[in-house]
Amino acid sequence: MVRLLIIVAVLLAATGVGLIAERNRGRFFTKRNFEPTVTESEIRSTFGKSATVLQFSSAFCAPCRAARATIENVVPQFPGITHVELDAEANLELVRKLKVAQTPTTIFLDPQGVEVGRAVGAPKKSQLVAVLEKF
Amino acid sequence: MSQPKQIDARAPRWSAGFTTVVLIIALLTKSTWLTIWQLAVFAVAAFINISKSPYGIFYKKVIRPRLSGEVPLEDSRPPVFAQLVGFGFVLVATIGALTHNWAVFTVAMAGCIFAAFLNSAFDYCLGCKIYLLGIRIFR
Repeated sequence: MVRLLIIVAVLLAATGVGLIAERNRGRFFTKRNFEPTVTESEIRSTFGKSATVLQFSSAFCAPCRAARATIENVVPQFPGITHVELDAEANLELVRKLKVAQTPTTIFLDPQGVEVGRAVGAPKKSQLVAVLEKF
Repeated sequence: MSQPKQIDARAPRWSAGFTTVVLIIALLTKSTWLTIWQLAVFAVAAFINISKSPYGIFYKKVIRPRLSGEVPLEDSRPPVFAQLVGFGFVLVATIGALTHNWAVFTVAMAGCIFAAFLNSAFDYCLGCKIYLLGIRIFR
């Protein structure tokens, strides 16, 4: 009986976690603390004229491929915005500096390399377009 | 761990569903044998070949012919990582069962059911959440 209750509780908790994760996936969160600044040498690429979409990926991450496909599909519609994808594992220093906790994490940088906001989890096309239109 | 290759993206979710059912039955009946079976399934998928997992083979033979549409492909590394995490949980559960330490068995099984159900029902990517955190802590 106790084990049955444990199973019910575990399934309910997992459902809660799953629903919250689904709701927050790809959501754009504005960064209020405008530090630290990223440099072009850190991302081994030049910044876009109006913005840079910096995506962190990792090997054990299926949604990273979906995120890449969406970003590569949307970014060319916005001249002046550049997409840079970095392997999180190979760029741990930057990952720690930017406090990236999971993949995919997409960070939006202004032309000076200051973080404007970020989305965790693969963003939907409409979410991404809405963010990029602000630049 | 096996080399990166492409597998049917739907297979891991179905396998996680079978895993959830097997784990629930094993926990309810305190079945050591069923727990060892699941440990063996995880071991095959994580260390030998994820395509040789009994649940993967069952999916291929029984479920896939009944699904329509194109086969979506994905990198095998994320699901292999998830199978490795499952192996860790069920290894602890098996040790608990063999030493009649049922509290350890129950907690480890509950943890694994939590992860397997999330994977199956929500396509939750466990590797995305914990792999980078693990690396940040240990490297």
